[in-house]
Amino acid sequence: MFRLEVRTSTPAWFNLALPLLAIAATLVLCSGLIALAGAGVIDAYGVMFTASLGDSYAITETMVRAAPMIFTGLAVAVAFRAKFWNIGAEGQLLAGAVASCFVGAIPMPGPLAMLLMAVAGAAAGAAVALVPATLRVKFRVDDVVSSLLLNSVIYYALMALIEGPWKDSFSGYPISPPIEDSANFPVLLEGTRLHLGVVVALLAAPLIWFLIVRTTLGFRIRVTGENPEAARYGGINVERVLLSTALLSGALAGLAGVGEVGGVHFQVMSDISPGYGYSGIVVAMLARLNPLGVVPAAIFLAAVMTGAEAMSRATGVPAFLSDVIQGTALLAMLVALLFTAYRIRRVGAAR
Amino acid sequence: MSAVFEQIFQVGFLAAIIRIATPLAFATLGEMFSERAGVLNLGIEGIMLLSAMTGFTATSLSGSLWLGILVAVLTGMLMGALHALFTVALGLSQHVCGIGVTLFSSGLAYFLYRLIFGQQSVPPSIKGFETLPIPVLSSIPVLGPAVFNQFALVYMAILAIPLAAFVLYRTPWGLSVRMVGENPRAADSAGVSVIGTRFQAVILGGALMGLAGAFLSMAQFNAFTFGVVSGRGWVAIALVVFGRWDPWRSAGAALLFAFVDALQLRMQASGLGHIPYEAFLMLPFIFTIVAMAVMSRNAVAPSALLKPFRREER
Repeated sequence: MFRLEVRTSTPAWFNLALPLLAIAATLVLCSGLIALAGAGVIDAYGVMFTASLGDSYAITETMVRAAPMIFTGLAVAVAFRAKFWNIGAEGQLLAGAVASCFVGAIPMPGPLAMLLMAVAGAAAGAAVALVPATLRVKFRVDDVVSSLLLNSVIYYALMALIEGPWKDSFSGYPISPPIEDSANFPVLLEGTRLHLGVVVALLAAPLIWFLIVRTTLGFRIRVTGENPEAARYGGINVERVLLSTALLSGALAGLAGVGEVGGVHFQVMSDISPGYGYSGIVVAMLARLNPLGVVPAAIFLAAVMTGAEAMSRATGVPAFLSDVIQGTALLAMLVALLFTAYRIRRVGAAR
Repeated sequence: MSAVFEQIFQVGFLAAIIRIATPLAFATLGEMFSERAGVLNLGIEGIMLLSAMTGFTATSLSGSLWLGILVAVLTGMLMGALHALFTVALGLSQHVCGIGVTLFSSGLAYFLYRLIFGQQSVPPSIKGFETLPIPVLSSIPVLGPAVFNQFALVYMAILAIPLAAFVLYRTPWGLSVRMVGENPRAADSAGVSVIGTRFQAVILGGALMGLAGAFLSMAQFNAFTFGVVSGRGWVAIALVVFGRWDPWRSAGAALLFAFVDALQLRMQASGLGHIPYEAFLMLPFIFTIVAMAVMSRNAVAPSALLKPFRREER
């Protein structure tokens, strides 16, 4: 006989084992689709791996794609730690992209431009995230729905800009004018797209980890999320913590947009984010909301996205497999998380 | 100015409002059933997309429109069951699962569509639904051609609104749905199966979302494109809140949104584009967010929304 029991604590190796279990389950489940497409499962995953992590150029491409998801993953992880349900990283990313592109188009010395782009992008993302947080704190409005709906508002605002007053008069397409050449983030390796923003993203993860685990604000964020009543009893201003969390979360998501403008696209278009904000939720959950775990989780998703295109060319399996993998990984991880709440205990047949 | 108004407010305009409102009405009613039972379904955007794809594909391969509708509805029910499995049976967090269901269903829709139809320069299309004028009623001036010369699915949507209200407010099952959404503990004591009722409500909601998706690919556009749903699922989430979780108000909200959308399409077409059309498209979201703030004082949302139910936990 087996029985489900409520767990009181989880061993540390779970943090590594659960995401790996979820990813393994995802790859097994999705192999059915590869077989359906008439390709060899090992072949397809093999191409996916070599094309994303097999050589140094492939790795740089994967890292370029991972950078925005590291930022949105951190944004979601920080927010969810405080149980501020920020589903709005997508909109905050777009706001960050617009603000940084606007600043980057102003002629000024390169380093200053990059710094101001980051500041403007982070501020714009933070401002957007502040809306659902304020509504929750002041009016008890559900933050899930309000942050989600804001994504659409920001998206249409962006479209109105690039189809209207901000439309690039040279190209005639609905895209913004490019930023100044001097504001383009420096490329770190000749012949690749590996830009400064990728390094900033990699540095942000340990920084946010330190903030969450070792600082007073981080402590307040964690207590607010785990037990708001206890937090309030202990003299923590829960409302204020939620607002600070929103500012931090939104700023991080905004920085994802800054990196895309400064390091990859150099302008703003309607599809500047292929859903990196939503991918951030997948990343954060795979990382079990640990900022350090966000990096490998984002690299995994980025590798799947980068590898899927090569896999499609080589085997004919549609590249959209990467979208299925993303959704499946999130659902598999949620199921895997049940192991943290319950344990399966063998009970003697005779009672 | 009056010439402009004449151009805008004509039979075609009224008919356009009804057509735009139809998929939103289905989707909104579907989300409403789910939420009244206490389950937020953010999978709606992906469920609509996947149903639009499966319905279109079934019709394209078989030539039968109603078979396509059936497949789309079954797809919606299946994905609803998946969402219920995670959120109701396993008690996982509803918003994260919903995003997972949307990511998974959209990915699957893109993947299967590309697998079945390949990459074609001209996307394949089907001969979609044709309008079905209702005798006598369709000859009423203005209202007749606008409302009673529509697709069969439009009539179904119009009938679905009073039916949804009847089911929710006047049947034992509807009472169970409202009970498990308001106070699952009490419902459980009264002998109502919380898990069972929530499963049924989310699956029924999925069926309606499936109809919404099918309408888009099989009546409105007669083709499946990757942007066929383009945020209509999120609009439905907003309309349910704006309509205060009530079938009549939600459907009214869908009609209001359709009016604004049709107006912006007309204004674009008539070259009156001083106001960017995106401003109109933003309105339902902004209105809803404001309405949520205003309404929050008299909590109208189902009390148990977002809260999983576990019998043993007290």
